[in-house]
Parts: sequence; C-alpha cells; structure tokens
Amino acid sequence: MNLFNVNRFAKLTMVSLLALPAAVQAETAYVSNEKSDTLTIIDTDSLEVTNTVDVGMRPRGIIFSQDYKYLYICASESDAVQVMDVATNRILHNLPSGEDPEQFALHPNNRHLYIANEDSAVVTVVDTESRTVIAQIDVGIEPEGMAVSPDGKWVINTSETTNMLHWIDTSTHELVDNTLVDQRPRHVEFSKDGSLVWASAEIGGTVAIVDTTTRQINHTIRFKIPGVHRDKIQPVGIKLTDDGKYAFIALGPANHVAVVDAKTYEVLDYLLVGRRVWQLAFADNHSKLLTTNGVSGDVSVIDVNKLKVVKTIKAGRYPWGVVVKP
Amino acid sequence: MAYFTCFTGILIRELLRFWQQRSRLISALVRPLLWLVVFAAGFRAALGVAIIPPYETYITYEVYIVPGLAGVIMLFNGMQSSLSMVYDREMGSMKVLLTSPMPRSFLLVSKLLAGAFISTLQVYAFFAIAWLLDVQAEPIGYLVVLPALVLTALMLGALGLLLSSFIKQLENFAGVMNFVVFPMFFLSSALYPLWKMQESSEWLYQLCLFNPFTHAVELIRFAMYSQFNAQALAVTLGCTLAFIGLAIWGYDPKRGMVRRKVGG
Repeated sequence: MNLFNVNRFAKLTMVSLLALPAAVQAETAYVSNEKSDTLTIIDTDSLEVTNTVDVGMRPRGIIFSQDYKYLYICASESDAVQVMDVATNRILHNLPSGEDPEQFALHPNNRHLYIANEDSAVVTVVDTESRTVIAQIDVGIEPEGMAVSPDGKWVINTSETTNMLHWIDTSTHELVDNTLVDQRPRHVEFSKDGSLVWASAEIGGTVAIVDTTTRQINHTIRFKIPGVHRDKIQPVGIKLTDDGKYAFIALGPANHVAVVDAKTYEVLDYLLVGRRVWQLAFADNHSKLLTTNGVSGDVSVIDVNKLKVVKTIKAGRYPWGVVVKP
Repeated sequence: MAYFTCFTGILIRELLRFWQQRSRLISALVRPLLWLVVFAAGFRAALGVAIIPPYETYITYEVYIVPGLAGVIMLFNGMQSSLSMVYDREMGSMKVLLTSPMPRSFLLVSKLLAGAFISTLQVYAFFAIAWLLDVQAEPIGYLVVLPALVLTALMLGALGLLLSSFIKQLENFAGVMNFVVFPMFFLSSALYPLWKMQESSEWLYQLCLFNPFTHAVELIRFAMYSQFNAQALAVTLGCTLAFIGLAIWGYDPKRGMVRRKVGG
C-alpha cells in the first residue's frame, strides 16, 4: 500500500533539476544470468531493469569491445563465445572458443581474446576479426581468471586447482613463469599502471598483491567479518578505483563486499549485499559499483563515495558477470 | 488563553514528573537498547535480512528492529501514563486536576499531548544512541518520522488512558503488562517481518494484522525511509481517534467507568 513514494519523487525532482544544465550521463549495465541464459540490462541512473535478452547457454564472463559496439559473451555450455551487436541486442555470430569458456580478457589491440577453457586446461587465443584460433597455451588445471596488462605485454591466467598465476608473454604466446598463490585463485586484476596484480583465492580466503616485475607476492590481505564463519569468506571479483584509493573485493557466500585501502591494503569496511556476491563493475564514472549476487538473483548498487549500499535490483537466476557501457 | 494556560500547566507537570524520575528515562532507554545490543546480537543476521518494503537492499537485523523498538518505547510510555493515572486517582491528585473549569475532554487530550511529547523525546534519545552504535538511517528520515512518532505516541497514550479508566487498583497493573503490553509487542512486526510469522502460522499472522501496534510500527518504519504507508496511517489514525473517544467516555462522570466505580 505504498501509494506515494516520497523518496523517489524527491530523487526525480533532483535528477530533473540537475539534468537541465548538464545532461546526466546515464550508463547501461549488462548482467549475465548463468541459470536463466539471459542478459539483464539495467539503467545505472534510474537503477531499473530496462530489458532482458536471451543468449546462449550458461552465460558467465562478459566483456565489451573497446568501442562498445560488440559484447562478447562466454556461453559456457554452448562451448562458444558469442558476439552481440550492442545496438540491436542481437547475437551476430559465435567465435571458436575451445571447450567451456568461463572468463576471458580482451587485449588492448581490441582484437585478441584470451579465453580460459575450464575443462581442458588451456588458454585459447582467438582473433575476433578473422574469427580463428591463433594459439592454445597449456596452463594449470581448471583455468579461470584472466587479465591482460595495460601495456598489453602480459596475460595472466589463474588455475583453480593448480593454485597458480600463469604469466603468458603475448608476443610469443608462451607460458613464461608461474606464481604460487593460495587455494583456488579465481580472479586477477591489474592496477592502473600495471605495476601490481591483485589475485583472489576463493578457498584460501585471501587476496595476494603480486609485483609484476618480480612476480612475487608483496602482501596478502585477509578478511574477518564478525558473525560470519571463516569458511564462508571466499574472495572472487576484484575492482580498483581509477584514483588508486580503494579496492573492492566480492566475498562470495559471505554476502559482503570488502572495501580495502588500495595503498595500505588495510580493510576499511564490509558492505552487506545479496547472497553469494560474485563479480563487480563500476558505473557512472566510478561513483557506483555494481555487484552480481548469484544465489539471491539480484544486483546490489554501492555508492562509492559514501561506501553504502543504496539499492538491490532483481535480475535473472544466478547473475554472474557484469559490465557497464557509458 | 485559559486553555493555553491549562495545557502548559499539564505539560509542565508531566515534564516535572519526568524530570524528577530521571531513572525513568534511563529505564526507558535501557529496555530498547538491551533488545538492540543483546537480543539482536543473539539473533544476528550478519548475512542479511531478505528485502521487504520500504528497504531497498539487504539490511542487518539491528537495522530492522530500530522502528519496532521506537514503538516499544512509546508502548511502555503509554502504559506508564496509564499507571500514573491510576496512581493519581488513588493519591487524590487527580481530583485537583479534574476540578479545573476546563472541559474534561480538553484536560485528557492535554495530558495525552504532554505524554506524547515526552515519549517522542525519548525515542529521539534512543535514535541518537543507535546512531552511535552504527545503526543509521538517512538523516532526512529522522525528520520525516516525527509526525509518525507523535501519532503513535498519541495512540498508545490514548490506549493507556482508556485502560486506566477500567483499572480500579494499582495492583491490577501487572495484568496490563501480561494482557496488553507483551501481546501487543510480540504479535507485531516490531521484532520480525510478518512474512516469517505467516510461514509458521497463518492465524498468528492474522492476529498480527489486527494489532494496531503492527501498523504503528510500519508507519514509523516507512517514514524513517521517507516513504508513506497509507494503510498503516489509516489504521493508526483510526485507532487513535477511537481510543481517545472511548477514554473520554470512560472518564465521563455521568456515563463512564469512573462513576460506576465510585457508585460501587
């Protein structure tokens, strides 16, 4: 019986007042729903779902081309990377991807996709223009996390069972070095200048900060939330703010996102979000952070300046990945 | 003017009485704080309470019970004022009040308003402590909630007044606790969302819906998040008017309970 929503009215008035002098840049978030085989599209200004699009089976990792014209989707159970035309929300074609693609990363040349094939212990390199596989690199068991360094020289892949970061030279497509980290590394993220790599270990419950020149662990971050059992703290998604102030780390079934000081590595706060928080993405010029909450089937929105959760939006079943288009 | 003098007189008397019983403030605050700090710790939902309106995201249990505990402060205050009416009657100070030339209904409503004022002050003291304990709402919510608090305080004060017209002796007050305060408190949405109640028992859920305290708590809860709940307002306002009407009737020497008591 909520006839009149004062809060929303106030917000709308504020928005319309602000919109007059300088148009508010509304961005669009795309969320992959692992179990409903769809993408949920969210307007990051109104924080409402605007569309739901059917895609291939078990969509997980998603990533935009640099011009935001195409969205690449790892359709794990279709054994393909799908290419979606962002303007029409239509799937244009599939790229060869190897078996069970889960996560991937796009090289700064906007051409090469590095795809982790969970079941076959390889990383597949696909040319998105010629739509061919140009290399396959053997890595550890259950490859998962993927990141390309900002200068494009290095690709890092994590293997969940071998517990290593694999350093791949992009000029030769050879595995050059490995860094042993804690159990079940899930995700890697380069710092903006490329000097550090943040790697989350799901079962180890830690995040390792690795120096990219020595390839050694500099620091290990541990987490502790009062009232939550240690086993439930399973770090997965990581995002760093561009200004180098904060790191946000999704803690899986602990239902919290950790806020970490990106300079001192001190955990500043834990923010309560939905159940089994998985991946993260910034929106609206790093003023908002979106989280996918798999078990509760929703997306939480964090105000980055206030470090508060402002809203949780219903998505499809088991939201997995999230990316934002300006 | 005479009305104003009379009203300020009653207000000052209530304030004085409250000031002289400073322990009352402490006990009024200790009770909800025990729930907030101790009970909520035992019930701790660090992994979040499911989203229900007016909340827009997951919350901890502490955040959930704050509006209910604000209601509880006012519930106990309402009953306390009922107790003080019975006490005044036994001690004879009520006779002094009732000899005033002002209409009795005016005297009773003045007393209610004075009581509501004190209740609301106590709730804000509780909100301040909860804020320090990091259980916080949006700042604007604390302003929006004010009319909801005043209305709730009036409703519960009127209920207390109504009850006091029935209670013949101070000793009977324990009955009020058993048959009014606790059922109203536990059969409401103050401590748990009603969908949880519905999951375990449909008829308990229906009882909760019949409880005006549930609606008062929901009115406060929605207002704290700058939202308006029309059903909660309708029920709370309706009950307030009904309780005030009945209380005035109960204190009417020609018809009400007081006369019957004196006669018997």
